Amino acid sequence: MSEKIFMKGCEAVAETAVRAGCRFFAGYPITPQNDVPEYFARRMPQVGGVFIQGESEVASSNMAYGAAAAGVRSMTSSSSCGISLKSEAISWMAGARLPVVVANFQRGGPGIGTIQPAQQDYTQATKASGNGGFKMLVLSPSTLQEAVDMTWQAFELADKYSNPVLLLMDGFTGTMMEPVELPEALSDEQVAAIRATKTWAATGKKGGPQHKVMCGPGLDTRISQEQMNIRDGKMYEEWKTTEVEYEDYMTEDAEVILTAYGISGRIAKSAVGILRAEGIKAGLIRPKKVYPFPDEAYEKLNFDTLKGIVCAEMAIPAQFAVDVENVVHGRTKIATALSSGGEILDRSAIVEAARALCGK
Amino acid sequence: MERSFIIAGFGGQGVMVMGQLLSYTACETTEKFVTYFPSYGAEMRGGTANCYVVISDDPVGAPKVSQADYVVALNDPSMARFKDAVAPGGTIFVNSSVVTIEEDREDVHVVKVDAGTIAYELGNLKVLNLVMVGAIIGYTEVLPAENVLQTAFKKLGAKRPELNPINEAAFKRGYAIGKAAKEGK
Repeated sequence: MSEKIFMKGCEAVAETAVRAGCRFFAGYPITPQNDVPEYFARRMPQVGGVFIQGESEVASSNMAYGAAAAGVRSMTSSSSCGISLKSEAISWMAGARLPVVVANFQRGGPGIGTIQPAQQDYTQATKASGNGGFKMLVLSPSTLQEAVDMTWQAFELADKYSNPVLLLMDGFTGTMMEPVELPEALSDEQVAAIRATKTWAATGKKGGPQHKVMCGPGLDTRISQEQMNIRDGKMYEEWKTTEVEYEDYMTEDAEVILTAYGISGRIAKSAVGILRAEGIKAGLIRPKKVYPFPDEAYEKLNFDTLKGIVCAEMAIPAQFAVDVENVVHGRTKIATALSSGGEILDRSAIVEAARALCGK
Repeated sequence: MERSFIIAGFGGQGVMVMGQLLSYTACETTEKFVTYFPSYGAEMRGGTANCYVVISDDPVGAPKVSQADYVVALNDPSMARFKDAVAPGGTIFVNSSVVTIEEDREDVHVVKVDAGTIAYELGNLKVLNLVMVGAIIGYTEVLPAENVLQTAFKKLGAKRPELNPINEAAFKRGYAIGKAAKEGK
């Protein structure tokens, strides 16, 4: 690993993408993720990659879709209402089973929403980022080091499953700065080798026996719609055993569990120590991937001794807490600590909710 | 140990530079953990700009806190907005050249720094933020003074090396005020 560098979240994600071999980025400006396209605009020419600012979100996400079809590691990013516009192409990527990394730096909503940080897109991200019932692996970092690691991982996973992957960030992790250690960049040879493995890619005839053309979803005569849905459904099911990822912190003896993801995850984690100092045995469950949801983390809890779970998120009404409720299924009390409208979840709200569950 | 700062002032007073100077010093010259979060929004000219910095021996949990250990107020609107955001026992650093609002809480300390006047005396009003950084370091000792100065030379001196001497003078004037306030506490 290299030395630690003090970086802004948006730039750390973009730089890691370049190092992971991303050679195509198309985007359209929207706060709070403008530092992503700005960084790529400067960086892509240095590595022989392509940066395009499309005429709209719809255009830029379709460009990312096209670049992936040509076998290039491809990315697009936006924020909340911009992701809604990109959802048409995201669904097409999933339909065509193309590897694209999509990043959402969440802001307020619904509608255009405030430009301040939020976690209002959880349900959209994990349940339906477009039509047709497809799924994506959804990675959500709490720290900027994790944002770096997960950006790298997102490209690997996108290629592994040949499917879009969603990096679920927020305006806070996008604009804050924190020290990070960046991975060593893939060499041009390594980038070319990855592309060469994609024998399905539409690269034209180039002296080969036939033209290679990517078919859009539903247009491929070699596979029926139902066969395709069954095939994809099987992959989504497999993820529930192979792709679950979460942090489990001081849960063994816990009487109260704090649970949160993304930026709220690190805030909740710091509340554990405060509660422990007061004599309340708190623990933390922090999904690193919010899809597939880590059911097993909650299933492992001892519900006989547990006094309750506090779900913390920057969304009103709660969205993440619904998934927790679905797993817990009435076996313990669930409380929420929520914020929205750009107000960062305050640690004290989580601490108070935990105290209340413990009758203190 | 974790120490949190809210730094606020007019856009153009060097608020973000102050936060970044502390943060870069922590990241590049110490083993400490650090986070920096700038407020951004539909700020109007003449509005307030502010940033949050947390410097800690352990990984930082909340990069933005509602109750900070230290508030730095460079103008009246910032003082009005953030004076109640200091935790009990905390300290407010005030640019007393322009701030007229008084803090009447008894559970917080106030360090008045005539930063605007000092910067004016030094011949460049822009260095008022370095005066304030000096005062913060002299008072809190959150980072080694020499490291902060070296980082200032490296970051600010990269484009304007001719300003290094005045930046240093500004820092040292502030540092003396911060140190004296600490000793007189």
